[in-house]
Amino acid sequence: MTPPTAPVAPPPETSDSPTVRALREVGRSVPRLEGTAKVDGSVEYIYNLRLPGMLHGKIHRSSIAHGRIVRIDTSAALAVEGVHAVVTAGDVATLVANPYYGPAFHDQPILAIDKVRHVGEPVAVALATDPHVAEEAANLIEVEYEPLAAVFDEVAAARPDAPVVHDVLKPAGTFTDLKYLGGRSGTNVALDARVRRGDVARGFAEADQVFEHTFRTGKVIHATFEPIVSLAEVTAPNGLTIHTASQSPSFVRTEISRLLGWPENRVRVRTAFLGGGFGAKLYIKLEALVAVCALLVRKPVRIALTMDEQFYTITKHGATVRIKTGVKNDGRIIAREVETYWNGGAYADIGPRVSQKSGFTSAGPYDIEHVALDNYAVYTNEPPAGALRGFGISQLVWAYERQMDIIAHALTIDPLELRRRNVLRAGRPHATGTIIGGMEIDAVLDSLAKRMEWHRPFDRGTGTIRRGRGLAIGLKAAISPTTSTAIVHVYGDGSCAVHCGTVDMGQASDTALAQIAAEVLGIATESVRVVHPDTDLTPYDMATLGSRSTYHMGNAIRLAADDARTQLLRIAGTAFGTEIVELDCRDGAIVSRAGARMTFREAMLARFAMQAGTVVGVGAFTPSYQKPDPQTGQSPDITPFWMIGGAGAEISVDCETGRIEVTKLVNAADVGTAINPASVERQLTGAAVMQLGFTLFEAMNFSDGQVLNASLADYKIPGLLDLPRDLTAAVVEVPHEHGPFGAKGVGETGVFSPSPAIANALYDAVGVIVTDLPLTPERVLRAIRTMENRPLGTDA
Amino acid sequence: MSDPRLRTITFTLNGRPARATVASHETVVEVLQRDFGLFGARESCGQGLCGCCTVIVDGTAVSGCLYLAAFIDGTTLVTIEGLSDRGTLHPIQQAFLAKTGFQCGFCTPGFILMTKELLERHPHPTDEQIRHYLSGNLCRCAAYPDIVESVKMAAESLAKR
Repeated sequence: MTPPTAPVAPPPETSDSPTVRALREVGRSVPRLEGTAKVDGSVEYIYNLRLPGMLHGKIHRSSIAHGRIVRIDTSAALAVEGVHAVVTAGDVATLVANPYYGPAFHDQPILAIDKVRHVGEPVAVALATDPHVAEEAANLIEVEYEPLAAVFDEVAAARPDAPVVHDVLKPAGTFTDLKYLGGRSGTNVALDARVRRGDVARGFAEADQVFEHTFRTGKVIHATFEPIVSLAEVTAPNGLTIHTASQSPSFVRTEISRLLGWPENRVRVRTAFLGGGFGAKLYIKLEALVAVCALLVRKPVRIALTMDEQFYTITKHGATVRIKTGVKNDGRIIAREVETYWNGGAYADIGPRVSQKSGFTSAGPYDIEHVALDNYAVYTNEPPAGALRGFGISQLVWAYERQMDIIAHALTIDPLELRRRNVLRAGRPHATGTIIGGMEIDAVLDSLAKRMEWHRPFDRGTGTIRRGRGLAIGLKAAISPTTSTAIVHVYGDGSCAVHCGTVDMGQASDTALAQIAAEVLGIATESVRVVHPDTDLTPYDMATLGSRSTYHMGNAIRLAADDARTQLLRIAGTAFGTEIVELDCRDGAIVSRAGARMTFREAMLARFAMQAGTVVGVGAFTPSYQKPDPQTGQSPDITPFWMIGGAGAEISVDCETGRIEVTKLVNAADVGTAINPASVERQLTGAAVMQLGFTLFEAMNFSDGQVLNASLADYKIPGLLDLPRDLTAAVVEVPHEHGPFGAKGVGETGVFSPSPAIANALYDAVGVIVTDLPLTPERVLRAIRTMENRPLGTDA
Repeated sequence: MSDPRLRTITFTLNGRPARATVASHETVVEVLQRDFGLFGARESCGQGLCGCCTVIVDGTAVSGCLYLAAFIDGTTLVTIEGLSDRGTLHPIQQAFLAKTGFQCGFCTPGFILMTKELLERHPHPTDEQIRHYLSGNLCRCAAYPDIVESVKMAAESLAKR
């Protein structure tokens, strides 16, 4: 059952409200504030920006997966008419003493130094006024390599005899728990993170049955439609402005400042609306390169990636998950051991964080007495892997929820019932020791069961077309510790602006965050302007990632708006001669119980004696957190909130071709309070369709580290024809105690469970166990034919 | 023109006469962005597969990232910027706004222009016709259900006119 939708608002912290009023702005499906600009084509993206005197940069990339750079010959490139400059690592070194960047490890060079570590690694950049000239010149750069042995598989790369991608590990130091890795050599394991609870050996000994499987997911990509694009310009007297399609402008400023050895106040980073992000536009992508180029040539420089270059820039981790589970015959899971190898590619990016922060949830949303979880972030010679919507969660849910149905079948227990017997409930400890609260797995399961009509008999078909149904449920812990800060301005005319670092990349954060400010200030959402991230104007925010903005920035804005509100009440209180507990903000005015009313404009006039001035409200929000013990992964406070995402699927499968058609897909999520219900549903469904692509057909195919399908012609993403005819989202609202008006994040929740739900439906239909994604017709047909004892041959 | 690689073309752009000097390899999207400051047609996949670059040439939706600018000489070109009338959104745009047939918005002009072609040829489209016409436009945010609702609403409101 979905709980009722109108949660009680927690009173603002300086609770001045004379009465608890019903929510007006929160919980309303406010249309997107920027909607008109999106349908008339005028919306601002960094992609659109052209600067006077600007040069276009085109990148020359490595053609091999691993090798020493013997020689770079730029003479032919420089001879092209119209080429302004060609930049290599030697030029970068004149500006930046230690030109390695990265959020977790300082391992990624701005341009390759001495070695290349993956196909497509940037080696040099050609600059010209005409992008075609720059491209021609980039193609004429000649690089001679001495090839080195390369390694691509994450499990092979973790072995002691594997070719080594980085001679020495270089943790960034920003994460203190990675410091112990500093100086480690002769290994590709960039992080090993563990969780230990109970005694897993004893658990397996006490189990009635033990199941062990290995599941794999390959590399896929974000394919954001707005390219990864950055521009840099030198600004007088001693500054640098970077315009970038980035999800993390605050991080970009910090990292560019560190590279240049400048104070942060000389680097300005700004962004606009993003044409999609999904994790591709985090940390440093092109920003360091355009910054260095602009400083070298003293002209604005723009670099925009083509779609094929995106395949060589950032990907989602492939993973190998070995999962061993001990159960009692009554279905209770008593022991689980999970060992996960994460294919991080050649540079760590945020991979070690994916491995650890998602890895600690790899036992699933279940209450298990004995748990041992090991996660290995592994360097390979593939393109780097980082964050992609879900931050590693969907790789893990694929394993534990696929195995769950195998267990259910073996024990002859209904898959829904098996889950009900094991899910974590409020007050019980998660595998990390953190006591569960602020989530209702049962409510999500109930919602799925209802929408799937699970209690009804299901027709599995006969002949060559078979039907099946399946469900799955996963959990994620919001990343911690992180901080958001916001400023709310009330201007002389009474209008209001929110200054914050959250990036609207399509998820409707501008609208949702405006709703929160509007709710506190008693004004209409449509009248609030959200100022886009500009590090000269907007305060620090960790980044727009991991479904954290609604909760973290939402809370910061709630506090900032409440600060501004309190100041407005004081102004009116002085004018009315009343205590502020007698006052409230409503419909753009301060009102008293006695009936006095003063508009914001009048309040500003009262305070500043003219239509001028600014009331500034400030709010900062950092949830509590306790670092896990490095040996056991135990922490009493590992996350500010848990996300729960379930999916139910009905499919038909053609046993002669192996083709799956998903006929129904339900996505249910515990979202706390839906600030904007329509946006929440759109995010859930959008995420589920993205995951549908990763489930049925999306896969990067490699040969010796070369991507064989680096284009949308060869790498198919979901289109209208791929949509299940019956596609719905079920929004389960369980207000979170500490969320702004009870809200939690939701941007990723829809990706957690569609893959195992669909594969469980396939299992239900024909009984085949497929362990690897995607579920291509060939893979499914091979599995069916193998099960029937008439396996298909391999290609000659 | 003295440079043999360049040629001057004239065409009608969103109802007004336009003129540009283009190189033979330059595409419609490049010229719209560089010479006219129009960014509603966007290059994304670069292969005419995603539909972000859609423009309408003589009444037919084409991929502006592949269509050479030289070929628009003498044609009538409509971009998303030409759809609204003095600040009043076209009914298709109004429908996409009302139904929120978008998320990040990058693919939206392409969907709207392809919908225009669809509704000109099939004023009362079936679900199959909608799926067929819009299967060549991709939306990575997957706002598809809302896009389909937008198209249906646009068809209804255009039929009433």
